[in-house]
Amino acid sequence: MSRAAWALALVAPLLTAQSKPVLVPDVSQRDIEIAYSFTGAELLLFGAILYPGGRAPAGERPADIVIVVKGPTQSITIREKEKVAGIWVNAGRLRYRSAPSFYALASSRPLGQLVDARTRAIYELGLDSLQLSPASAAPTDVQDRFTRGLVEQRRRAGLFYEAPGAVELTDGVLYRARVAIPARVPVGRFTAETFLIRDGRVLAAAVRDIDIRKSGFERFVAAAAQRHEILYGLAAVTLSVLLGWAAGRFAQRG
Amino acid sequence: MDIYLPIANLSVNALVMIALGAGVGLLSGMFGVGGGFLTTPLLIVYGIPPTVAAASAATQVTGASVSGVFAHFRRNGVDTRMGTVLVIGGVLGSLFGAWLFRLLQRWGQIDTTIAITYVLLLGSIGLLMLREAVSAILVARGRRAAPPRRRRHHPLVAALPFRMRFYASGLYISPLAPLLLGFFTGILTILLGVGGGFVLVPAMIYLLGMATSVVVGTSLFQILFVTAAATMVHATTTRAVDIVLAALLLVGSVVGAQVGARFAARARPEYLRLALAIMVLLVAGRIALGLGWRPDEIYAVELS
Repeated sequence: MSRAAWALALVAPLLTAQSKPVLVPDVSQRDIEIAYSFTGAELLLFGAILYPGGRAPAGERPADIVIVVKGPTQSITIREKEKVAGIWVNAGRLRYRSAPSFYALASSRPLGQLVDARTRAIYELGLDSLQLSPASAAPTDVQDRFTRGLVEQRRRAGLFYEAPGAVELTDGVLYRARVAIPARVPVGRFTAETFLIRDGRVLAAAVRDIDIRKSGFERFVAAAAQRHEILYGLAAVTLSVLLGWAAGRFAQRG
Repeated sequence: MDIYLPIANLSVNALVMIALGAGVGLLSGMFGVGGGFLTTPLLIVYGIPPTVAAASAATQVTGASVSGVFAHFRRNGVDTRMGTVLVIGGVLGSLFGAWLFRLLQRWGQIDTTIAITYVLLLGSIGLLMLREAVSAILVARGRRAAPPRRRRHHPLVAALPFRMRFYASGLYISPLAPLLLGFFTGILTILLGVGGGFVLVPAMIYLLGMATSVVVGTSLFQILFVTAAATMVHATTTRAVDIVLAALLLVGSVVGAQVGARFAARARPEYLRLALAIMVLLVAGRIALGLGWRPDEIYAVELS
């Protein structure tokens, strides 16, 4: 092999490291409309990794993809039950200014094999690295306890979850993942963040927005209940009186 | 068949909800109670937020009581004067209840309060009914002599001032007594989503001493108006009335109520009361156990 070829082989990895790869993400649905039959949605998140050379650099460990889908943040109060005089009652509470209403993480490999705790904390990767901002002052151990409580509660409700291995990589340049959105999510703007990770470092990141909103009749009902509460209440009463009366008449005749 | 509830923000199986309504309607037709005391806990068990459950159950009870009120009107079974006093008390009570509801919500004690109130009310009334039904059955079987019928109001009621005549009820008592009774059931309607029939009927018989022929009709009259008022109060304060959920429950319950009423016409009343007493006690016992057991969710999240 000539000296020039040797030199090229040595320099090539440096060149690719300097001009970073770029992520081109997309999502199957930019808008999710909640209609009467809404039982949740399944998002297909897919995209390509554009390497400067046009293909995944040979000889290196393949990069990994992590996708985080987050729901709109909410200001919440967490209450903790304790046994007082033989019964379980809400005793302690902690308020948070912003907590995600939904958090799903899909990755091509388990998160523990990809990044260290510090990187996880910076990018909020993983359910144990969520950065919630408590609005009430409380000692760190109490805050941790409530945060764990919140995560566990939402995990059981299907609103928070991690899916290691859910991202499929094709030839190291194409990726795809399915993320299930349960019916209980609040409406609002969701974000899908995609991270390209290699050797414990985040090489590239990109974000796509997804809007979830009520449509048609569901939007009408929700808006009516908020804006025309008196008419809405009257409609509910009228409906129940009419149905009750109609059943009574029908039964009498029958 | 899943259907999305726009206020509760979750999807439920429509057939389960209709069946739940039908079951409760069957009982309400059979026993002459609104059935809210069953609907609210069952909805909460299904995963509906407690506020939405209580608000929508109140709407459903309105529909369940309508046909009963009409039926009792036809046979002069409603004391409208007494009913009006009860309704005034009930509306005032539901407004006070709405204030209490918000206060307890802020303290985070609304769920525990609902549960404890259920246990105390259902437990005591269930025991009363059980005792009464068992002795009635023993009388019917000839094992025991019928106790002397005495229809007198409670001495405390007699002591209240401003007496007036309630002809249909055969009473000459102060309107303050039914006003207070209505007020108390109004609070229960807002807090628990119940019509309060299971409180009203015994109180009318044993405290006020009303003529039994107008007791059920007048209690349904009060329930109709007070649950309608409670729906309005919930719609304007908590905004938790889910009209889709209420409609599903209603479709089931109005049909169930008619079936139940026919069944009741054929069954022996003392056995019906015994069955109702046992059911009320079972619900109370289940809720009481829930208070003492370690709950699945130690942490509860609410929007603030």
